[in-house]
Amino acid sequence: MNDATAVETKQIYDKGIEEGAARLTPEKIKQVYQQMMSAEAGARLKTYVQNCVSCGLCSEACHFYLSYDRDPRFSPAGKVRQTMAELMKKKGAVSVEFMKKTSEIASTECNLCKRCAQYCPFGLDVAFVMLFVRRLCHKLGISPQYIQDTAHSHSVTGNQMWVKEDEWVDSLQWQEEEAQEEIENLRIPVEKEGAEIFYSVIGPEPKFRAQLIYQAAVIFNAAGLNWTMPATPGWDNSDMAMYTGDNEIMARIKRMHFETAMRLKVKRVVMGECGHAFRSIYDVGNRALGWRMPPVEVSHSIEFFYELLRDDKIKIAEKYKPTVTIHDPCNVVRGRGLHDMLRYVVHAICENVVEMHPNREHNYCCSAGGGVINCGPPWKMKRVNGNKVKAQQLFAAKSRGAETCVAPCHNCHGGLEDIIHHNEIGMDLKFLGDIIYEVMEKPERV
Amino acid sequence: MDRSQDWNWNSGKRIIAEFGKWEEAFDWVEEPYVSPDGDKIAAVVKTGEMEFSVCVNGSAWENTFDKVWYVRFAPDGRLTAIVSDTGAWTLAIDGNAWEETFDYIWDTRFTPDGQTIVCNAQQGMQYLLVKNGAPWGEATFANIGHTAVSPDGSRLAAVVQTEDFNEGDIFKFQEGCYTVAINGHAWERNFVNAWETSFSANNQHVATEVRLSLYDYTIAVDGKIWSATYPSVWKPVFNPRDTTVTAPVKSAGAWILACDGRPLWTNKYAQLWHHMYSPDGDKIAAIAAPKFGRWTMAVDDQPWSVTFGDFVSEAVFSPDGQRLACIGVDHKKHRIVVDGKPWSGDYDLAWQPVFSPDGQHVAARVEKDGLFSVVVDDQPLKESYRRCWDPVFSPDNQHLLVRALEGQGADTVYTRTVLPLSEILG
Amino acid sequence: MHAIYNFVSGPLAWVAFILFFGGILYQLISRAMLARKKDHYVYEYWSFFYALRSIAHWIFPFASTNSRNRPVLTIVTFVFHICIFVAPLFLFAHVSLIYEAFGISWWFMPDGVADILTLLVIGACIFFLVRRLVQPDVKYLSTPTDFILLGLVAAPFVTGYWAYHQWPGNEFMTILHMFSAEVLLVAIPFTKLNHMFLFFFTRGYMGSEFGGVRFARDW
Ligand code: HEM
Ligand code: HEM
Ligand code: SF4
Ligand code: SF4
Repeated sequence: MNDATAVETKQIYDKGIEEGAARLTPEKIKQVYQQMMSAEAGARLKTYVQNCVSCGLCSEACHFYLSYDRDPRFSPAGKVRQTMAELMKKKGAVSVEFMKKTSEIASTECNLCKRCAQYCPFGLDVAFVMLFVRRLCHKLGISPQYIQDTAHSHSVTGNQMWVKEDEWVDSLQWQEEEAQEEIENLRIPVEKEGAEIFYSVIGPEPKFRAQLIYQAAVIFNAAGLNWTMPATPGWDNSDMAMYTGDNEIMARIKRMHFETAMRLKVKRVVMGECGHAFRSIYDVGNRALGWRMPPVEVSHSIEFFYELLRDDKIKIAEKYKPTVTIHDPCNVVRGRGLHDMLRYVVHAICENVVEMHPNREHNYCCSAGGGVINCGPPWKMKRVNGNKVKAQQLFAAKSRGAETCVAPCHNCHGGLEDIIHHNEIGMDLKFLGDIIYEVMEKPERV
Repeated sequence: MDRSQDWNWNSGKRIIAEFGKWEEAFDWVEEPYVSPDGDKIAAVVKTGEMEFSVCVNGSAWENTFDKVWYVRFAPDGRLTAIVSDTGAWTLAIDGNAWEETFDYIWDTRFTPDGQTIVCNAQQGMQYLLVKNGAPWGEATFANIGHTAVSPDGSRLAAVVQTEDFNEGDIFKFQEGCYTVAINGHAWERNFVNAWETSFSANNQHVATEVRLSLYDYTIAVDGKIWSATYPSVWKPVFNPRDTTVTAPVKSAGAWILACDGRPLWTNKYAQLWHHMYSPDGDKIAAIAAPKFGRWTMAVDDQPWSVTFGDFVSEAVFSPDGQRLACIGVDHKKHRIVVDGKPWSGDYDLAWQPVFSPDGQHVAARVEKDGLFSVVVDDQPLKESYRRCWDPVFSPDNQHLLVRALEGQGADTVYTRTVLPLSEILG
Repeated sequence: MHAIYNFVSGPLAWVAFILFFGGILYQLISRAMLARKKDHYVYEYWSFFYALRSIAHWIFPFASTNSRNRPVLTIVTFVFHICIFVAPLFLFAHVSLIYEAFGISWWFMPDGVADILTLLVIGACIFFLVRRLVQPDVKYLSTPTDFILLGLVAAPFVTGYWAYHQWPGNEFMTILHMFSAEVLLVAIPFTKLNHMFLFFFTRGYMGSEFGGVRFARDW
């Protein structure tokens, strides 16, 4: 047993799971389980769990399985077997201890990346099952602490980071002022009704990565676009409630987001470089509200940058020199097929690109997605060690000259940063916006 | 209070301001706003190095500020903007700032008569509401949101945080740390969450959507909750005739309308929100999805037969409550829908329809291919504009006020046009 | 013995076929109704084009990435599944039984070929069994049901082969053959062998979501 497995098998203390479980009884578990089965479990859940022929064809799809020395407990079907299948077999008559482990597996050992659905011959959706289990854990009050806190923040502020309404606008105005030192008269238009584009971001941007808003503003201004950002809750497109299984809060915050777009009378929402938020507004959250597709067109930054470069809206002064490699974020690649546009953009702004394999929609997840990184520090090493295959990919890219990894997703950034650091890979990590900002022709004033 | 009888309703077009020239006078001109009567156009302008003001009809306010934003005309025609000087924020009305300043203020709101102006404010990391320049009382809170103003402006409500907890303290949060405060006085009972809040027509009562635990939602009226709980709820509204409260609630996987904790409507919807009473309180209309992915209006539980795939929004009753109009969007094409019948024209954008005082006519601002116009009873104006604002009917139902930007670049002018309806529809 | 033979080849066969077809119908209808009630997304996002596109990529060997990653298993699975359909359907003994009973008949293959197909199925079952016992992840995932089902699938082939070759006790084996075949037929709709028909729906739905919403390949 190597040290990675040792870390994993060590008991990890999570206040949310432990203290939540301390209030549980087997009777309560059974009651909530049965209530949820009768109210929400349908043909998909039943088929996904019961029709698994245990063939193991999904195992190698999962980076956790590959990284933890092919420990079968980390195979996608194995996670179902240890959790939902057992629950169904026992009709919910399981112990509190069992539910603790179940919460841990569903929340910290699966990134809901759906790669396994591309490898299971039947297309059984393990991510769907894990999400169902997370919702059960939500109803039992045993979700991991950090992500639960984030869901609480969503419920109060509409954003992920407890950013208060004044702090939000204040940080926009601050970024505007900063950017004006570089580009005279640059503007971040707030609450501009009838603008073409509503630029939406995730909670951590005003809080920790404000330079991204700055860079976006420079790009928007250079391209001469008619854009705006709201002054109200609804500016945040992120969604951890989606990942704790709190579908009601998910619906509530997605409603805020879409109704903000409608109120501002924009033609479309362009969102920053975030994957899970894209999944929430493009695929999951809209459905929870009754919208078959997003009511207002939504575009991920990749698509947006692709259009800007294709249409010559922004010009590249000099391409980025260091060799780069591309990390495909699951939610916009497997989730929206943006891999070709991503390559178009990267090749348009960088001199040298080397690919990692497997890539495009067959990429390996960063192991941070699906809310796993949001489960916080207790689970960090488990997640980092659970993605040695990504470290190997990065090393391989580095051996072919890659100095920078491009990852157009916040969670991927967080995850890859930890992987690069822990494995001492020595590689820079950049958003597309970082590079575009660096290499574009910038006006001196607008 | 409708002041439109005092406005100039003589037919004809007037150029109010040469808006295009402002760009020459000022280094920076933001998007313009116009007064309800159409006599004024205003925009944030830069008057000097890090010095901003608001330009109205060509001349800037004398007072300048470090920062100006959120320019809004009050319904009574006064012009407001949020301004700051050396880090102190306040509201300026027609150029004059409130005396009291705050560490931050935002979200300006008006009563229908324009007499009461309310902002959210932050002072020393504590939060409060400000009414006409004065704090709503002694009380301040750790956070504030979902402001509501009673129709007469006498009472202000907001969701406030009443208990401190550290980030990450999920169990303390789940005990309930939020409630509603009215004029600074918080309800006794705390909730896990409280969201959108409504006042009764008589200004006396307040209803809000609350979450009692992570799982149980209900409506709280004056701090007391309904006996039933639901897996989710949306904003409650008072019947204008009495003090009964209705709210969309989720029940057995579908949305219904409930009144005082009991089902009111019998049909089940995939979604149901933005319900509203007709002015006389006779009818209730709501934006509804009778089935997944199809949107329409339901009036007294009867959905219109026409449905839209993208969304339905901006619903409004005629003043007599007999008619209902909204915007329906399918494949990004916006249409105006009146009493269940979509108009023939489709647009890239459409704004909330406007009824004439007698309810006989409907007009709306629309945009297509970057050009704005106004449609009246499905009949577009001959002219189109660079930009225009919502049309206004004259009190005698005979004329329509059109406020628009016309011309290109430096030749752009802001015009105020009164058109006889007979000419438009003729 | 004769009475048992008559019973197993007569009434019991009827029962088995009725349960087989009835079971399939029941499963399809009940699941369709359950999905209508609780998984309406399946209907909302279903697209025949994308469903068929995905199914095609998973039915033909080496059309999906994963099938290319595991060539041996892919060939075995493919041969196995072809044979479990072709062998019984075009077997002279079966066709003639049907002809005697109903007066309808169709093409059948030479018995030598049938023998080979049967052995291929038995071989594949042994391969699956070994895989289940040897490959750690498959071993971990396997439940008693998986072994029993494998046995159920293998049984008619083993017993049929035995009976055909007139090995000792073949009379008994013939009865056992019919009986095991009947058990298998009944098992198909009510165990995970129902992937025989559910496959098209699970794969088709995933294909629809990937094709119509996600714009990505699911193979
Ligand atoms: C209940 C219906 C069935 C009846 C009455 C039946 C009857 C028979 C008979 C009479 C034979 C010939 C044995 C001999 O020559 O002595 C046979 C052979 C065979 N049957 Fe069936 N059978 C049935 C169902 C099935 C099923 C469902 C399968 C496969 C899934 C199957 C697979 C075979 C095979 C593989 C052979 C031997 C072929 C060979 O080695 O040449 N049978 N069956
Ligand atoms: C059109 C119909 C069918 C399709 C598309 C289908 C497809 C599949 C697929 C994709 C697998 C995945 C595992 C693998 O590739 O080995 C599988 C496994 C299996 N199938 Fe089928 N199948 C069909 C019909 C049947 C029938 C009729 C039977 C039995 C009577 C059967 C018995 C099995 C068994 C026993 C396995 C598991 C093999 C193992 O132990 O790994 N299948 N099938
Ligand atoms: S992490 Fe991805 S591949 Fe692994 S089980 Fe979850 S969804 Fe499947
Ligand atoms: S590939 Fe599909 S059927 Fe096979 S073990 Fe995995 S989930 Fe089960």
